[in-house]
Amino acid sequence: MEFSLTDPFLWETVIQGLLFGGVLALLSLGLNIIFGVIDVVWICYAELIMLGMYTIFFMYTEYGVPLPLAFAAGVVVVAILGAILHHLVIRPILHTEPINQLLVTGGVLFFLQGLATMMFSVEFRNLGVSFGSFEAGNMFFPVSRIIAFAVSLVAVLGLWLFLKKTYLGTAIRAISQDRDVMPLMGVSPRKIYLVTSALGGGLAGLGACLLVLLYDIHPAIGLTFGPITFMVCVLGGLGNMIGGFIAAFIFAEFIALGGFYAEVEWGYVLAFVFFIVMMFIRPQGILGSRN
Amino acid sequence: MGSSSFLTGTNAFKGILLAALLTLPLLGFSDYVLHIAISILLWAFIYTSWSVMGRFGLVSLGHGAFLGVGAYGTTMLWNHFGLTPWVGIPISILLSAVLGLLIGLPCFRFKITGHYFALVTLALTEVARLLIVALRDHTGGSLGVTPAGMVSPENPVSFYALQFASKSVWFYIIVGVWLVGLLIWRAVDRSMLRYAMEAISQEEDASASVGINVTRTKLTVTVISAAMTAFGGAVYGQYQQYINPETVSGIAISLQIVFAVIAGGMFVQLGPTVGAVITILLGEGLRLGFGNEFHGLDVTIYGLMLILFIIYMPRGVLGKAIESFTARVTPPRVQPGE
Repeated sequence: MEFSLTDPFLWETVIQGLLFGGVLALLSLGLNIIFGVIDVVWICYAELIMLGMYTIFFMYTEYGVPLPLAFAAGVVVVAILGAILHHLVIRPILHTEPINQLLVTGGVLFFLQGLATMMFSVEFRNLGVSFGSFEAGNMFFPVSRIIAFAVSLVAVLGLWLFLKKTYLGTAIRAISQDRDVMPLMGVSPRKIYLVTSALGGGLAGLGACLLVLLYDIHPAIGLTFGPITFMVCVLGGLGNMIGGFIAAFIFAEFIALGGFYAEVEWGYVLAFVFFIVMMFIRPQGILGSRN
Repeated sequence: MGSSSFLTGTNAFKGILLAALLTLPLLGFSDYVLHIAISILLWAFIYTSWSVMGRFGLVSLGHGAFLGVGAYGTTMLWNHFGLTPWVGIPISILLSAVLGLLIGLPCFRFKITGHYFALVTLALTEVARLLIVALRDHTGGSLGVTPAGMVSPENPVSFYALQFASKSVWFYIIVGVWLVGLLIWRAVDRSMLRYAMEAISQEEDASASVGINVTRTKLTVTVISAAMTAFGGAVYGQYQQYINPETVSGIAISLQIVFAVIAGGMFVQLGPTVGAVITILLGEGLRLGFGNEFHGLDVTIYGLMLILFIIYMPRGVLGKAIESFTARVTPPRVQPGE
């Protein structure tokens, strides 16, 4: 395909990438805050999103719950799951080798994926809600993607305000800066870890609200979004939310443009190879500072 | 050695066990039973390959990449260039070793360890899977590919194509492969590499200061592990006569390799083999017991087991058994990762 900056399809692709970047940014938020505070990577993070998607789907289609309420329920359910995950699985091994905490959540990944397969079967489900599309020039954009992008920006801003302006947010930032000293200052890491896990889960739930509008739901959907979410966080510097935000857009453009010039797999291949190369150039992430 | 020779005991005992194993195809079991035995031994080899590096804290979530290079390398060379697996397998092993070098060198030089190493290798296995899918015109994409068949009912053996219709033949080949894996594991266990790696996994900078070449030591075990894994992938493709991107590469298979080793025990020679026995018998048992009625039950139980193992039995079934058996006899030696 010929390269031309006046090609409206190219610009449509770039903007689509931007919109997808917003979604990736939101997906990476929860994982990032958990890593930043607790120093744990939830490999099963995308599986929590998957359960949130099923919650919203069944609330809305089977029980006739209005969509905004179903969304709220999705966020709450995944937030609770996040807290349970921390309490039952992470906390008992918090003081062993860090890699154990990553691996144990891999067990949770299989558990949740298997459970979803048993309960909901492997069939693909679609919420069946459409907001139509928005036309600008000769370019068309699905309104659901624009909503997802806007929600992501609002969530990033909201989280930033929460961390900067509230007492709990300040405590969370303090713990993430010095895990050993903060208990001496009267901050209980146990409580903060639980709250952070619920917050991370809630953000995964919010991610579920957006993904459920954009994609079909099936038990293995986590494997589609999991790896890219980890890469976004690591590229941005694990725990660095602004870095993750920028990394999300870099990845999204790789995927969008790769899909435009070849097939979408090539976009992912390029994004992951870029990630591996960047790890060698800047292992601390694009904005991270090496400790 | 101490702990790792417990289950195998003396050489005579080992010989008897091996002889018993070798009579299996002569006892008139069905092809299904032989297939399960072959699968267990083949995956035991692959899991052993992973543990050659994994036991020293180099936790790779990317072994699907090496498995994919072995399986697809061999099959592509055969299907597109008519190159016999006798040549194709060594080439694929070499490619995989080079890949291990390419990913390992920068990782170790820049001290990418722990979470970061796990996630870089995870990216690698996804790249492998996506490349196989993206090159669908040559690889068959998600649908998978079959090595061009050379055997038929009239001609059940093709040495040139390394294809055999008989499960018994495959059983003996794969027992051999598995034994080679155990021997390499033991060779590494008894070499200076082990002491160097154990020192590195405890304290990297201190090891460097006493003259251990950290990067080269880590690279050596990584390359051994990558080469072995590719060999396992190639044999898997030849035996199954069908491979697809999901079964050899990607996040799911890479995690499965890690977890089977954890379940069995990654610090003992037969730990990965026990891991293969546990996971494969569990999967088959549940499938026979419940049919496909509870699709996903095996994965659920498997996941739950892993969570419990990592929390309560991080040394795995065999590791734990040996530990409790030898606790009174010898003081426990310091293991990496503690």
